[in-house]
Amino acid sequence: MILSGAEIVVKTLIEQKIKTIFGYPGGTVIDIYDQLYKHSDEIEHVLAAHEQGASHAADGYARASGDIGVVLATSGPGATNLVTGIATAYLDSVPLLAITGNVGTSMIGKDSFQEIDITGVTLPITKHNFLVRNVEELADTIREAIKIAKSGRPGPVLVDIPKNVQQQLTEYIPAEPVVIEPIADVKDADVEEAVKMIEVANRPYIYFGGGAVRANAGKLIEELAEKMDGVMGASMMGLSEVPDSNPRYLGMQGMHGHYASSIAMAEADLIIAIGVRFSDRATGNTSKFSTEAKKIHVDVDISEFNKNINVDLSVAGNIRDFLDKVITKISKKDNKAWMIRVDTLKDQEKKQEDPNFLPMLAVRAASDITTPDTRCITDVGQHQMWAAQHYAFTEKRTWVSSGGLGTMGFGMGAAIGAAYGSGKRSVLFTGDGSFAMNMNELATAVTYNVPLTIVLMNNGVLGMVRQWQTLFYDKKYSNTVLQRKTDFVKYAEAMGATGFKAESIEEFKDVFEKAYALEGPALIDLRIDKDEMVLPMVPAGGTFDKIITERGDK
Amino acid sequence: MDKKKYVIAVYVENKYGVLTRVTSMFTRRSFNIDTLAVGETEHPEYSRITISMRGDEADKVQIVNQLKKLYNVKKVEVIEDEIGIRRELLLLKVKNNSETRSDVKDCIEAFRAKIVDYSAESLCIEMTGDTSKLNAFIENMRPFGIIEMCRTGIVAIERGPDSILTK
Repeated sequence: MILSGAEIVVKTLIEQKIKTIFGYPGGTVIDIYDQLYKHSDEIEHVLAAHEQGASHAADGYARASGDIGVVLATSGPGATNLVTGIATAYLDSVPLLAITGNVGTSMIGKDSFQEIDITGVTLPITKHNFLVRNVEELADTIREAIKIAKSGRPGPVLVDIPKNVQQQLTEYIPAEPVVIEPIADVKDADVEEAVKMIEVANRPYIYFGGGAVRANAGKLIEELAEKMDGVMGASMMGLSEVPDSNPRYLGMQGMHGHYASSIAMAEADLIIAIGVRFSDRATGNTSKFSTEAKKIHVDVDISEFNKNINVDLSVAGNIRDFLDKVITKISKKDNKAWMIRVDTLKDQEKKQEDPNFLPMLAVRAASDITTPDTRCITDVGQHQMWAAQHYAFTEKRTWVSSGGLGTMGFGMGAAIGAAYGSGKRSVLFTGDGSFAMNMNELATAVTYNVPLTIVLMNNGVLGMVRQWQTLFYDKKYSNTVLQRKTDFVKYAEAMGATGFKAESIEEFKDVFEKAYALEGPALIDLRIDKDEMVLPMVPAGGTFDKIITERGDK
Repeated sequence: MDKKKYVIAVYVENKYGVLTRVTSMFTRRSFNIDTLAVGETEHPEYSRITISMRGDEADKVQIVNQLKKLYNVKKVEVIEDEIGIRRELLLLKVKNNSETRSDVKDCIEAFRAKIVDYSAESLCIEMTGDTSKLNAFIENMRPFGIIEMCRTGIVAIERGPDSILTK
């Protein structure tokens, strides 16, 4: 059938089983919005308050569901407002399709109104991008973009569509949803080598991350840990892939990781790194990182091998295939001394815990009250680390947080997107700094009655930066004290949500239960002390023997 | 680790903006391009980008792997010293006068370069060769007064009957 480019965009998205898109209208996407109106019974559009919020929503949708997220914006400022969202998705390898309108092809290059070279702008933060110059190529370009975004190591892809291309007519031939490129099995020789290394290891540690989530490898990772009598720890991106209830799982490692997890990794004689990239936040000083340990690195992206950390064996290909084969081939191991050592570390960690630490108690209380399928979303800062440390995950893809880019303001959009992507409730942990960056999206959450509970840890300061200033900048609190008069409870109510306030753990538990029971969005203004710190902490570029476990003033 | 010079041949789709994608990756990953040459290939749908860069073995592997991830890149091959033929083209304008003319001409002959333009005040010389030959020739020309020069950057091909695109 002969259709306009704009209708082809919408029909292709429907054909590719895209159910929900997030976006914001504007001059160069009016034609596409006209078609969304026409096809509104086949595809849902969620109108954000700002394109950045829409981009984080699409990202949150993808993280919570495992499917691709789609965001639509107009040219110029609409497109540039997506940039932080696209970069966030890029750094965390999230499959995202960003569609932007642009001025007509004859106007490109003339500095026309709301014209920007968005393919140029997003070049280093997309897996690939396209400027569609001919309507004949439009449907296939969108299909290819989806395929690229989802295949191999996923990532964001942008398709820029000039207005005249949206208006031109051409034949539309429907197609089946694209099949993502299969990931090659691992080489037998690599499996043999890995098996040999595991057989001689006495202190094995599995370090897994976002790639393990993508591969849905949690169960196999647990099996491997069991059979080789080892332990597991996750990068922040790996959280929720293995349930916290598994005693072999020591939780997040790294700069603000669990004491036992980080120290066990430093003391291990074999690290099996699965779907990770040895981020500086995970390793500290790379030249002194677990120098005693042999390292196996399994990943789909070969450019990650020996990029940050040199390893003894790099295994390219399908993570599940690797785990399957290795589990079958290794013998049942007994590393009793190692497990005793790990138990000692766990005891030490327990002893370091301050039983009255409000942020921890609040996260644990929320974690206890919520259903296991609730999505736990965070912004960026201290609250993020507290949530990462103390929220008990049981189901996969329940953790949604900006890791690589560390995007403050990510949370509100992502929480909305996560609720759509999972069909479940969202709990957002945020701070007064992060929340204020994109709190306009509370309007969106109210409009769509998103099942969202916001836990706003309000300390009146930019806590994470303040913590660094306390520890490394002689307590000179440059611009981290927020002398604002914002009343978040009133704000929530002004936006049409429900607002609560809590100043103690008892109050928090009480209002959290109320807030969580509400159908739509609610916000809890939880007052915490401005001098609370995220501990333990390995200073940037530091080593794990220099781990800070308690506040100097306590 | 020792820094070495690597020559990398990249087949890319002949499409809008592909050169930017390749060069921007070098910038983003903090690698330096020494020379870069782009041109047609035996296949009309592909261009060949020849890049020379300095780095250690790990840099080389990282660059090759990052290049392979680019959507429009079809083939990446490091042209190793032992099997590679590497050439550069130099165009150089040098001052011309009766005192130095015969010395300049001797040098041109010794390097098997050729004069492609002649005026009362200048000689324009064309020369091809590997980088070290060009460098040596330029050094020889310097005392005579180089007016202007330009060079293409390295192009390289492997010896033998194969094409790197199909190997």
